[in-house]
Amino acid sequence: MPVAYFLVLSALLFSIGVYGVLARQHAVLVLLSVELMLNAANINLVAFSAMLGEAGVPGQVFALFVIAVAAAEVGVGLAIVILIYRNRRSVDIDEMSLMKW
Amino acid sequence: MADTYLQIIFWAFFVLMAIAGVRVVTSRNVIHAALYLVATLLGAASMYVLLYAEFVAWVQVLVYVGAVVVLMLFGLMLTRAPIGSANFDNNQRLVAAVCAGLLFAVTSFILVRAFDGQEIDFTSTEGTKVQSIGEAIFSIYVLPFEIVSVLLLAALVGAVVISRRDEGPVED
Repeated sequence: MPVAYFLVLSALLFSIGVYGVLARQHAVLVLLSVELMLNAANINLVAFSAMLGEAGVPGQVFALFVIAVAAAEVGVGLAIVILIYRNRRSVDIDEMSLMKW
Repeated sequence: MADTYLQIIFWAFFVLMAIAGVRVVTSRNVIHAALYLVATLLGAASMYVLLYAEFVAWVQVLVYVGAVVVLMLFGLMLTRAPIGSANFDNNQRLVAAVCAGLLFAVTSFILVRAFDGQEIDFTSTEGTKVQSIGEAIFSIYVLPFEIVSVLLLAALVGAVVISRRDEGPVED
């Protein structure tokens, strides 16, 4: 099976994630879109790992690292979102312009 | 012959992931968006199984579907988002769609050109053994592994510190 199929799939998922980050207003939904983009990167890593065979073990190792970092990101991101909700009663990221120049 | 079956399975999951992914970013119900994300993540896990990466697939199911999506649902409930349908999109949807479409066209064009003719050989491989992943993690990649553990600890402590209420000084 051509490796390009998997690369096109991951490009599609990444573009969907970019659309979500640009077009969504709810902060948690933006985090969901970021998860889509991280998964696209993971599919790339695992596809190249399968293409390289026995030499491709580092691809899977890095996919595991990406999953761990994504879990950390979600934890801190949701804590920030909840804190913003507690302070401002809103999670609309278009209203979070306090630190905007 | 086996390749034909694999291609049928691949395209079935491709269509499923594409539909579910688009629904994640267009759904007007936040809970539905999170549940469509579960479908996309499970599709990614099945892609890993297809690529003989069973260990990554199970980590994906356990960490993403088991923990991350549950955290997301908690986040949605704690921020008291309107559970019914509501408009969560801003007024840049057209620009965002054009940007995403251009990005997809350019990246897929470049990737297909760059890796044209490179095949994944499913017939000769036995798949990666979990043993070799473990040996790689605990020998060559032991330093990144330790850094990831410290990062997780820091994220854990950080999340607790950020989200706890400030009680003020304790009267004693």
